[in-house]
Amino acid sequence: MTSSLLFNVNTIAYLISMLLFFAFMASRAKALGTAGIAVAYFGLLAQTGAIALRWKESYDMGVGHAPLSNLYESVVFFSWTIVLIFALLDLKYKYRVIGAFVMPFALLGMTWAQLGMNSGIEPLVPALQSNWLLYHVITCFLGYAAFAVACGISIMYLIKANHDESGQKAGESSIMSMFPPIRVLDDLNYRAIMIGFPLLTLGIITGAAWANYAWGTYWSWDPKETWSLIVWFVYAAFLHARFTRGWVGKRAAWLSIIGFAATIFCYLGVNLFLSGLHSYGGGGKM
Amino acid sequence: MTIKQRDFLHSMWDFFCSLKLTMFLLISLAVISIIGTIIPQGPPPPEYLVTISQTKQQLYQALGFFDMYHSWWFVLLLYLLTVNLVACSIKRLPHIWKIISQPALVLSSGLEQSLANKASFKCSDRPDVLKEKLTTFLSSEFARPVVTEADGDWHLFAQKTPWCRLSVYFVHLSVIVIFIGAMIGSLFGYKGFVNILEGQSISKVMTRSGKEIDLGFSLRCDQFSVALYKNGAPKEFKSILTVLENGVPVPDYTNARVIVNDPLTYKGITFYQSSYGNAGSYFFTVSGLDGKDSIPVTLDTNTSATLPDGSTMSVVEATDDVSQFIPNLSGPAAQVEIRGPQGGSEKVVVYANYPEMNIQHAREHKGALVLQYKGAQKQMYTGLQVAKDPGVWIVWLGCALMVLGIYGAFLMSHRRIWIRIQNGHVTIGGNASKNQAAFEHYFGGLASKLKKQLTGEEQL
Repeated sequence: MTSSLLFNVNTIAYLISMLLFFAFMASRAKALGTAGIAVAYFGLLAQTGAIALRWKESYDMGVGHAPLSNLYESVVFFSWTIVLIFALLDLKYKYRVIGAFVMPFALLGMTWAQLGMNSGIEPLVPALQSNWLLYHVITCFLGYAAFAVACGISIMYLIKANHDESGQKAGESSIMSMFPPIRVLDDLNYRAIMIGFPLLTLGIITGAAWANYAWGTYWSWDPKETWSLIVWFVYAAFLHARFTRGWVGKRAAWLSIIGFAATIFCYLGVNLFLSGLHSYGGGGKM
Repeated sequence: MTIKQRDFLHSMWDFFCSLKLTMFLLISLAVISIIGTIIPQGPPPPEYLVTISQTKQQLYQALGFFDMYHSWWFVLLLYLLTVNLVACSIKRLPHIWKIISQPALVLSSGLEQSLANKASFKCSDRPDVLKEKLTTFLSSEFARPVVTEADGDWHLFAQKTPWCRLSVYFVHLSVIVIFIGAMIGSLFGYKGFVNILEGQSISKVMTRSGKEIDLGFSLRCDQFSVALYKNGAPKEFKSILTVLENGVPVPDYTNARVIVNDPLTYKGITFYQSSYGNAGSYFFTVSGLDGKDSIPVTLDTNTSATLPDGSTMSVVEATDDVSQFIPNLSGPAAQVEIRGPQGGSEKVVVYANYPEMNIQHAREHKGALVLQYKGAQKQMYTGLQVAKDPGVWIVWLGCALMVLGIYGAFLMSHRRIWIRIQNGHVTIGGNASKNQAAFEHYFGGLASKLKKQLTGEEQL
């Protein structure tokens, strides 16, 4: 058994799980929802095993390090955290249909990683040789994942809210009756961000602490740092929106979606389009 | 103060207390911050300036886009945010403080109306016996209650973690603490840079703003080395440094190892491994095609030399062993760039072990001069980032406060339970500052348990 085989199993499981959730949404057959979540759990388990195995394989190669060191490994980890947060939400609230809006994010990540990226295990460059790597990456990505789940829920909120406004009675349209009421979606959105915001804050702080330890500057307005702060501002605005007249409901849902778009830009866009301290493998910087 | 002035101050105060201002500032900061991630910050590099027009460059300069995070308008927004969060806190804190310090001890009918969770049932026990029973019940199940007698009825009030209502103000305070730490750092600290040649020492560093700072001690670089992985990727950049006071090595700071992610701190000044280079010399000879009139040429990495025919020569790259580039050759080699007197340039590899190849190259290229490589003398230098930041501990204090505050604000809830004994009825009510669904569940369980204990009945 190799990690790359297990990653393929896990990707296929996420695909099947997503399709089951779509079928569940369309047919309203409860068994399909149960099957969807069961396959998602199986995929999560396979992925957990694969990440652990990859970690071990890096030690076998003599370049042992946590599998969080390049784009491939981070996308895989991101996908893992998304399903983890969804699983936690499912255990607590059991709104299976959310899977149809969250599993696509996880599947997209895994497909991109498996098909479009170099998956070789590489030794750790000096800049990443620190325990801070673990704390920083884990907190950031758990935060990102919570935002991904919140984004999926917000999309559901907007669909449901538009549907409710258009005046059709509940139960009339088969798919809409599957959605939780907008009050519940609003609450779940808030809860997901309540998980994500503290984790993002911790992620920024651990990043600052690491930067200070490695470079002597906890904040240098590098594009990655600035974008993480932009994300933080957007979600801080979201949290205050709940107490502000005129900002609840749809506007809050939009803030959550914009927040996740900013998150994705912070994670991928900055590395692809802008240059800065996080451009590992580019050479030059230590 | 006239009424008009008072009205003006009032509306100013309301403006700064408003959450709409908070929303405006947070969203503005998010949007405006994007500028500095697209336009390079600091003195603009020439490569960037050629990509934008003269007018654009002047506009950006005038608006402060090249150092936007320190521009007056960005700093103004941060100040406004600070004033806004202080004003909001001042406005709301007294009310919150009252909830914490002067809780309603009596379950009045008005309060009962406002509670989302309540239950009531008959109980035939005598009121004072019941009061004792309920006190024991609340103490063991929830928290020690305060017992009050009002109008002949008994009221019990118990609460958990009331202070978590203050958490959000600690988060606000932490933002200010971080700002203070950052200000102390920028006023009393500095960031600098220094290159030290192997075997040499320095006692001054250059700050980013171009100021020279005397360290008050000397720092010597004993050695610099680079270790590589098998695949050629860098594994470790290592400087061996020694701190000298009046020329004498300081015992615990002698031959100290500094690598990336492991700096050296002495007297509040920290040195970080940041870059490196070779300041060594390369030795060549230049002669005619017949090997006569040979003259030595010595170059280092950043200099060029003028050759007898008027062209100039500089070293691009050099190696001790050319076999890693050309497998069937060995020994030292250097790649040099020759610029002709009339412009135009070519890159030539000059070998130390193959003088005849160098001659042949000159013949083939119809040159009149032959270059011979005589080897190099390596001299590495280490590039160190230097930082002194007396405010950094205040920043970490602020961060700790923020994390604890966010924990309290999001994950803790102020829960309150009231019980009233009146006319043979026990009424229990409660509320929570957060997570209503979980509290509803908890309250339901608590009320059933209470009823069962007092009446022996299962259902509410």
